[in-house]
Amino acid sequence: MKIDVRYFASVREALGVGERVEAAEGSDVAALRDALVARGGLHADALGRGRVLRAARNRTMCDEATPLREGDEIGFFPPVTGG
Amino acid sequence: MSTAVARVSIGPADFDVGAELAALRAGDAGVGAVCAFVGTVRDRNDGASVASLELEHYPGMTEASIEAMIDAALQRFDIRAARVVHRIGLLAPEAQIVLVAVTSAHRGQAFQACEFLMDYLKTQAPFWKKEEGSTGARWVDARFADDEALKRWGIDAGNAGVPVGGPV
Repeated sequence: MKIDVRYFASVREALGVGERVEAAEGSDVAALRDALVARGGLHADALGRGRVLRAARNRTMCDEATPLREGDEIGFFPPVTGG
Repeated sequence: MSTAVARVSIGPADFDVGAELAALRAGDAGVGAVCAFVGTVRDRNDGASVASLELEHYPGMTEASIEAMIDAALQRFDIRAARVVHRIGLLAPEAQIVLVAVTSAHRGQAFQACEFLMDYLKTQAPFWKKEEGSTGARWVDARFADDEALKRWGIDAGNAGVPVGGPV
């Protein structure tokens, strides 16, 4: 299934604003992150498990156990620092 | 209740606090208290000088998340109206960053709702600050103290407090 991945802040600086990726049926946000990390290189650095990141599914904060659906927009970004 | 004013505005433009507060309570004679918080850019952070601040956000998610926070504040507190203005882009020291304003009949609920909204925004609205200063450019770290502030309202922030390797 097609997933629109969006990156922000330090993750965006490393990987660009986003990309459309093919995710395995039945996968969740954690599996998506792991698949991106498995590419190695910049993806492994920016999204690796050593980094504290948050995620959003369709523009709502979510945890990694959140299942993916065809056409979802998934954002990965560092902890927020507004205000 | 005042309904003509948009509840959330995100953009590069500066805001006039007096005009914002006047508009928020205009036409509502039931308002007896107006509470506002204004966040501004400091010229120092963590011991380093700050020449400018760049604010990035997640368009669409930012507005929706703050709308949801205002809904939560309206449910939780006896308030009449609330408004949040947050700037993005390049800001210099002393510039205004954020306005949270709340009206209510009496001061207590307005004070509380204003703090609730600010605590919520700090840890759940998708904004990121990058500082440019004497030591170069750096992304501002989230503060555990901000997660603790939201915990007072019974809400787990899960922002700075996210354990390494744990759930995002």
